[in-house]
Amino acid sequence: MSGLQRPPPGGGSGRPGGGAQQMKLVLLGDQGVGKSSLALRFVRGDFREDQEATIGAAFLTQTVNVQGKNIKFDIWDTAGQERYHSLAPMYYRGAQAAIVVYDITSTHSFEQAHSWVKELQKETGPDVIIALAGNKVDMAAETRAVMKEEAEKYAMEHGLFHLETSAKTGYNVQNLFQTLAQEIIRNDYVVTQTRHRIVTTADLLGEQSYPRRRTCCS
Amino acid sequence: MAEAKEADRLPDHVDHYESSDQGDFNENEAPGDSHEKILIASDSYEDLNYDDIAVSSFGKPYSGSIIDIVRHNSCSDEKEADASSLNLINESSAESSNEDQNEGQVKDLSADKVPEDVGEGMKLEIRENEDFGPEWRQKKKHLFIFSSAGKPIYSRHGSEDKLVTIMGVMQALVSFVQVSGDNMRCIIAGDHKFIFLNRDQIVLVGVSSAGDSSTQIVLQLSYVYNQIISVLTYTSLHKIFKQRRNYDLRRLLSGAEKFIDNLVNMMDTEPGFLLGAIRCLPLDAPVREMIEQTIVLNAKVKDLVFAVMLANNQLISLVRMKKYFLSAMDLHLIINLVNASESFKTAESWTPICLPKFDSSGFLQAHISYLDENSQTCLLLLSVDREAFFTLSECKNKIQERLLKYNSLRAISDSLATTSYSIQQCGITDLRHFLYKSKSIAQYTSPELEAPYLTPADQERLFGLYHYLHHRIHSPARPLKILYYVGEQETLLGWMTQGFELYTVFGPLVTKTNAIHAINKLLRWIKKEEDQLFILNSVTF
Repeated sequence: MSGLQRPPPGGGSGRPGGGAQQMKLVLLGDQGVGKSSLALRFVRGDFREDQEATIGAAFLTQTVNVQGKNIKFDIWDTAGQERYHSLAPMYYRGAQAAIVVYDITSTHSFEQAHSWVKELQKETGPDVIIALAGNKVDMAAETRAVMKEEAEKYAMEHGLFHLETSAKTGYNVQNLFQTLAQEIIRNDYVVTQTRHRIVTTADLLGEQSYPRRRTCCS
Repeated sequence: MAEAKEADRLPDHVDHYESSDQGDFNENEAPGDSHEKILIASDSYEDLNYDDIAVSSFGKPYSGSIIDIVRHNSCSDEKEADASSLNLINESSAESSNEDQNEGQVKDLSADKVPEDVGEGMKLEIRENEDFGPEWRQKKKHLFIFSSAGKPIYSRHGSEDKLVTIMGVMQALVSFVQVSGDNMRCIIAGDHKFIFLNRDQIVLVGVSSAGDSSTQIVLQLSYVYNQIISVLTYTSLHKIFKQRRNYDLRRLLSGAEKFIDNLVNMMDTEPGFLLGAIRCLPLDAPVREMIEQTIVLNAKVKDLVFAVMLANNQLISLVRMKKYFLSAMDLHLIINLVNASESFKTAESWTPICLPKFDSSGFLQAHISYLDENSQTCLLLLSVDREAFFTLSECKNKIQERLLKYNSLRAISDSLATTSYSIQQCGITDLRHFLYKSKSIAQYTSPELEAPYLTPADQERLFGLYHYLHHRIHSPARPLKILYYVGEQETLLGWMTQGFELYTVFGPLVTKTNAIHAINKLLRWIKKEEDQLFILNSVTF
């Protein structure tokens, strides 16, 4: 199984239309930490105090320009509830980047984040860039439970990059996604990964006999 | 109940009537009748006796529809892998679920005799519990769900955590009766009914003082049970409790309480659940046909089982895979899912859903999106392929494009703007409101709620009248074909035939003859409008 992967457009040439590079990104973390809020802040510039729990997973796209290159994020915003946990591989498989989110006011969510990082590092290749985001930093003054230093230390040890964010105020949200995009470009990740992906998709075509119109758009 | 007494004094059972003028409606020609199978009608209400619901279990494990489709579509060597990948929460195969079932039952009975489970709940101090003051007690309808080990799962009003004692008592009653080889069904205390539905490892208790009948409450409870199955699948629910009888199911249902909340609220206001029928959005036949054809042409992809288009809890179109049908009860759960969730409006979603009547052992994967900017028209594409998201997303884009081009979305929003239709359009004086269900297609129609049913209190009263009429006509002890009932504020006339059920509400001063003339006229009107009001053709990919 390939994981949910957008098929390459344009007759399988592998070059996405519009010159933008597609980038699969997944948001993981405990329920209620603000994954959807981060995604919606990034994509729509919106914030809802009463954001409801995601059901299954939501898919959003957003294009950013980094160093003259357009990066189009295919964002999988997953549900944090336990019953959806077994679906997660479908979303992080084949992803170029993952954001593991925790809530700085909840130590439990930080522990959950650890297990997500562990799972990601075990199940995906070393090429996947993982960001650790401590969300709800706007509530730091009153109810902070996870120290910034602690999280940074953990991130350092595990080769992640760490940011504290607030989907509510927008603090560090653009920064988070921009940094991810830069990391990806710096690794020259886009080019190699795109090539790699063409191969896997072609294999799939053979194996599972996908309908032909997947490869030849009319 | 004053109304009920009054009814007993009236000659309410009219076996047949002779009326020659104006031409009677031939009851064999039910408006909205169709030989094509569009929706599977829910278990017919008459058959819905307690034992069937409580005993009949789900899961014909070897013949789950989902596995059939996957097997049929996949290459032979991939069979096993695909089939086992369907269980998203646990990896148990369908085969083992069958074993689970048998062993589980045996285990259950013996386990219920363990006294420690019962002992805890026996404190009878509940009445003094300060958390549940008069306000809580005055709620007309309560719903409690707990596991057979007595662990609270859900309460409609008040936190289930604080209700642990009351649920303990209920559990004690259930297992006390069960030990003697019997089943707790119902307690009637004053005008309160306590209805118990004991299914596998969970017990659902409905408490109502709203006047609904026992069977109606059982029906509501089985909807709620199906809602839980829809979130977890029967197979995994069974497996969880088999592994750990003490499991706190709230962990797995977390975030799904809103579906139960929404479902019970909808059942209090939407007659479709009571009737086991779906309401269609009124649309001109050519417009609906255009929409159906657009879906057929643009979503003809492997593994897609159902394409459902909804707006405002009404069905716009349903396209299905050949050989497979959707039941009205499952469609109600889909409607509830969409109705309960704002989050589908913000982004395309990809979510597992189990349709208990279709296949209770596994999930379908639903691509859910809104087609218009106002988030009114919702398209659901249900597939057995977990990884078909982008294929379906592409289908959705094409469908949306075409519908915009041909102004179909405009037609839908125009139809929605008028809510439904006014009773005036039927041109029958004295008729205030009605529900008409065509049995063969499991669809119903009813006009907008107008004066004097504008306030929530009046609407609740009207709904109560329908419940009463429905109950009397379907009464297991004395089923009626026609019921004419004069109440304090309105006169009711219900009529059931092979093909349809009709419930009408008139002003209080109507005479019996006039009422009968009126329903004949009404049926002719519905017949005339049937193309608009109902979906009469079954469309397949």
